[in-house]
Amino acid sequence: MAVTTQQFEQPDTLAKTQAGLQHIATGSPVAGVATDLLGEKLILNMGPSHPATHGVLRLVLEMDGETITKATPDLGYLHRGDEKIAENMTYNQFVPYTDRLDYLAPLANNVAYAMAVEKLMGWELPPRGQAIRVICCELARISSHLLGLGAFAMDTGAMTVFLYTFTEREKIYNLCEVISGARFTTSYTRIGGMTRDLNDAFFPMVHKFLEEFPPSLNEVDALLSRNRIFVDRTKDVGVITKEDAISYGLSGPNLRGSGVDHDLRKRHPYLGYEKYDFDVPIGSAGDCYDRYLCRVEEMRQSVKILHQVLDTLPRGPITVSDPKNLPPSKTAVMTKMEELIHHFILHTEGLDAPVGEVYFSAENPKGELGFYIQSKGGGVPHRLKIRAPSFVNLSILPKILPGHLMSDVVAILGSLDFVMGESDR
Amino acid sequence: MDFLNDIPWLLMLSSVAKTLFLIFLVVLPLVSYTVYAERRVSALIQDRLGPNRTGFPTSLLGFKSDLQLYLGGLGQPIADAVKFLLKEEFTPGHVNKFYFWMAPVLAMVPALSTLAVLPFGNYMFGQKMVVADVNVGILYVFAIASVGVYGIVLAGWSSNSKYPFLGGIRSTSQMISYELSLGLSAVPVLMIIGDLNLSEAIRYQVENGWLLLPFTDGKLTLREVLLWFPVFVSFVVFTISMFAETNRLPFDLPESETELVAGYHTEYSSMKFALFFLGEYAAMIAGSSLIVVLFLGGWHLPFLPVNTAETSLTLAGGLLGLIHITVFFAKVVVLLLCFIWVRWTLPRFRFDQLMKLGWLYLFEIALVNIFITAAVIAFVK
Repeated sequence: MAVTTQQFEQPDTLAKTQAGLQHIATGSPVAGVATDLLGEKLILNMGPSHPATHGVLRLVLEMDGETITKATPDLGYLHRGDEKIAENMTYNQFVPYTDRLDYLAPLANNVAYAMAVEKLMGWELPPRGQAIRVICCELARISSHLLGLGAFAMDTGAMTVFLYTFTEREKIYNLCEVISGARFTTSYTRIGGMTRDLNDAFFPMVHKFLEEFPPSLNEVDALLSRNRIFVDRTKDVGVITKEDAISYGLSGPNLRGSGVDHDLRKRHPYLGYEKYDFDVPIGSAGDCYDRYLCRVEEMRQSVKILHQVLDTLPRGPITVSDPKNLPPSKTAVMTKMEELIHHFILHTEGLDAPVGEVYFSAENPKGELGFYIQSKGGGVPHRLKIRAPSFVNLSILPKILPGHLMSDVVAILGSLDFVMGESDR
Repeated sequence: MDFLNDIPWLLMLSSVAKTLFLIFLVVLPLVSYTVYAERRVSALIQDRLGPNRTGFPTSLLGFKSDLQLYLGGLGQPIADAVKFLLKEEFTPGHVNKFYFWMAPVLAMVPALSTLAVLPFGNYMFGQKMVVADVNVGILYVFAIASVGVYGIVLAGWSSNSKYPFLGGIRSTSQMISYELSLGLSAVPVLMIIGDLNLSEAIRYQVENGWLLLPFTDGKLTLREVLLWFPVFVSFVVFTISMFAETNRLPFDLPESETELVAGYHTEYSSMKFALFFLGEYAAMIAGSSLIVVLFLGGWHLPFLPVNTAETSLTLAGGLLGLIHITVFFAKVVVLLLCFIWVRWTLPRFRFDQLMKLGWLYLFEIALVNIFITAAVIAFVK
């Protein structure tokens, strides 16, 4: 039996000491050797359990006094292997897992995932189905931005705003409950449609919400947007230039805050977004304040879209008509033999997906949520890759944090509005 | 044994009585109910209810069920205190134990000590309602209040941990820079009054009208009108500095919970933590009392007769004394509510902005204000 040995890298203490001494003597660090023998830097471990990291982001900050000189994000504390899990189940079974990506906007994740698989199947939903999905996406966008806004305000010390936004989110949760039966983990979509049509109780509720929400948003706006302390805390803080935003692959309000006019709902319209009249707010400076303003304005635009969808909601079916790949009605399953067999096969083997590769991305509240599906046929994906916007957005942290103060870190983190469930997958 | 006769027993006894009355019957309950007010008022501001149903768990005493007596949650401070007392007194292994234990004491004691020279009433039972009627009152307040910094600094230092350390550093520089503008903004008031004794400050305001509301004595002279402007500037600077001095939002950087977890008291638990917590509120009460004494006429209420040492022994005079005390604490409570209101409305400053505000604006304003006051006093009779 062969004995295997494993080599561990031993830090070369002598070389390190010499490099450190040289550092002290010359005043400049030696290339390739990390030394801080002068002990002037403080390594501060921010997270994974820290109130400002919104979950389990860990930042290793190297600080000179209160100024950040180096920041290293450390991710993966919430890694659940969602992509691997997807390979072991049928397409429909993965829908609940998408709830847990960006858990502040589960409806939007459901839609994005279902759309990706439908692209693989070559399906397009009937108009009513699409309109309902638009309602879902926009409600999710408001919900997610409200939390992002509230948490951002709380990070800068304005605790009250957080509770104001939560009052509004509560109403959206009530709407989610009416739509899907669940408040948080909605799992509303199925491949090729939705679990159910909109409830009659939904319409008065959503109209009431759309009436109450804008004044409440204006109140938050009035509390923050022209508050001198808030503006001082966020203006010219965490500036992301247009070039950086593009080269780091940012998306969503973080990209638009930097002045890039890129919204997938406009660029590659899906779900009939081209039919609705709305504006895409873009910032100019790319600082925390611009990102904040973008989110506030996006919520207003979402309200506008919701009004249009509700006014023009078409009648008709909500699912595609592909009886081979869609579950038959419950009544039919219970009364007819053929349908029972069909039901059984569909729920054990899954869809009959073609061989191929597709990528579909949707404009989620946090940015571009993409699903890349590699199919070798059958009901199970061979490989499913999730492009999580939060993950990509966090990549800019080492670039923008150095030079800022400790207090700015929380403002920047709040303004990037990430969610670790999605980032770590 | 002659020297026993020289000791002013009566004075000592009355001082002790006044201290006990002030600390245990007024300030400590006021502190705990300020915490309650903070929770209820913040709830009101945030469209919540807050603690509104803390009753007394009579089932603990052997009764079959709890008494359904909510009292609007007034039992909450008692429940909080019991919770803090019953929690484990935990001292982490990596701390400097001596300073770690000393810090909470240093946070609480100065806040209470400053109250000693603040006149909280006029006369009762022939006694002046101030624990120590010293003639350097305001200097004593500033001297003692500065000691409060040590509590926070030592807590940050002795915790031997990074977040408390940063909190300690922040509070040192913050409090030192704000004490300057605090002291300087009080100078115009002292120039107008011409005395450091805080009882004299109130006597002046009884005779000439409150400094901030000079019409309360029923007449308004040119001098009073002209002096009102520097006094108002003083009041604003003093109040802002007081917010910074007591570590209240928007200046609560040493313990900014979203940045430094809990700042200097991250490593503290149970009653040691509670002492910091209560110390903050005691400092708030002391600060508000000082504002009331310097700018808002102390215990004086316009058109209400003022009693003297002699008349306070009669029933009417005694009642009047009681009213004076009530008026004083009513004014303090109003200011405390303002403290709370501001905390739940504004975001937090950044550290460098805070220093800039202190050194570049408040300090200069307070300094110039002194000269303006001096000019008014010198040229307008």
